[in-house]
Amino acid sequence: MKFVTDRKRAVGLGSGRTGTHHHWQMLISSMALVVLVPFFVFTFGVGFGGTYEEVQAYFARPFPALVTGISLVVIILHVMHETHEAIVDYVHGVPGKLAHAAVTALSYCLIASGLFALLKIAL
Amino acid sequence: MVQFTLPKNSTITKGKTWPKPEGATNVRKFQIYRWNPDDGQNPSVDTYFVDMDTCGPMVLDALIKIKNEIDPTLTFRRSCREGICGSCAMNIDGINTLACIYGMEEISGDVKIYPLPHMPVVKDLIPDLTHFYAQHASIMPWLETKTQRPEHEWKQSIEDRKKLDGLYECVMCASCSTSCPSYWWNGDRYLGPAALLHAYRWIIDSRDEATGERLDDLEDPFKLYRCHTIMNCAKTCPKGLNPAKAIASIKKMMVERHV
Repeated sequence: MKFVTDRKRAVGLGSGRTGTHHHWQMLISSMALVVLVPFFVFTFGVGFGGTYEEVQAYFARPFPALVTGISLVVIILHVMHETHEAIVDYVHGVPGKLAHAAVTALSYCLIASGLFALLKIAL
Repeated sequence: MVQFTLPKNSTITKGKTWPKPEGATNVRKFQIYRWNPDDGQNPSVDTYFVDMDTCGPMVLDALIKIKNEIDPTLTFRRSCREGICGSCAMNIDGINTLACIYGMEEISGDVKIYPLPHMPVVKDLIPDLTHFYAQHASIMPWLETKTQRPEHEWKQSIEDRKKLDGLYECVMCASCSTSCPSYWWNGDRYLGPAALLHAYRWIIDSRDEATGERLDDLEDPFKLYRCHTIMNCAKTCPKGLNPAKAIASIKKMMVERHV
């Protein structure tokens, strides 16, 4: 650490030249959720509690199926990105990297299973 | 990494209780954090009793009285005693503020005084602000120009000057940065509210010609984007400033550049 001044330490750490992309991504998904969530609550609520045949028939219609599918993807991705932020904040080093990878894997598994279930019901 | 417990050598122990002033009827109890790097002991909280009839109204008055009349080893920073220098920032009654402008009437019960949180302590109520100042230096807190120097001075319209209100008043006391959880966990890389407020003060200055370079320098997941709008900075600022708003304005400029 020779010749490293306090100022160099402050300047040198964190010159990633990035961060705005993530911030913008979160803004966009937040705005999308403002529109999507009421639609999702309404469409999912209407289809909820019926018999198997009724639910199957309901989600076979394009509008409820599309709203549910898009909401599923956007909500899980939004939560994944926020969880990444929390991990970066609170868990550093190797445990942080492992947690980051685990959350990413879990999120994509949830999206895949959700879409698979939706398709199975809808088709 | 976030820590939920103090390291063993930082655990606070019960300290000395100093005698009450003789003959005093209006006495106030002070509990003050003490730590001496030279004695190898853990930090402690000493108890003092101050005669309020012979003491000024501010917390700093009481600290000076304690140092002058009870315990000369009590160590703290102070200078201007009117909220301009930012030296006497400390945690009083759970709030980061300036001891010189914080009245004891505002506190109910015992007066509890600790150094600014989550900073290395030099001694007693003095935090080590080396990294904090280095972060301030890193944002280039001066006017950067490229065009020919004018014959007299760099001029600014009244409207442009008004944009600096709420920014230039910062006295760098570190109350905001040390109240910010993001700064607690990532203070090595996150610049913190004070440095970012100063960064915005130069970004928005109409006379400055290095806005792009300043934003380039801040475009970083840690330097800027650890701010999660918790707003502790705005709540605690003894000068009534709003660093969170300044940070949000920087983020807005970043998005304008990005989109």
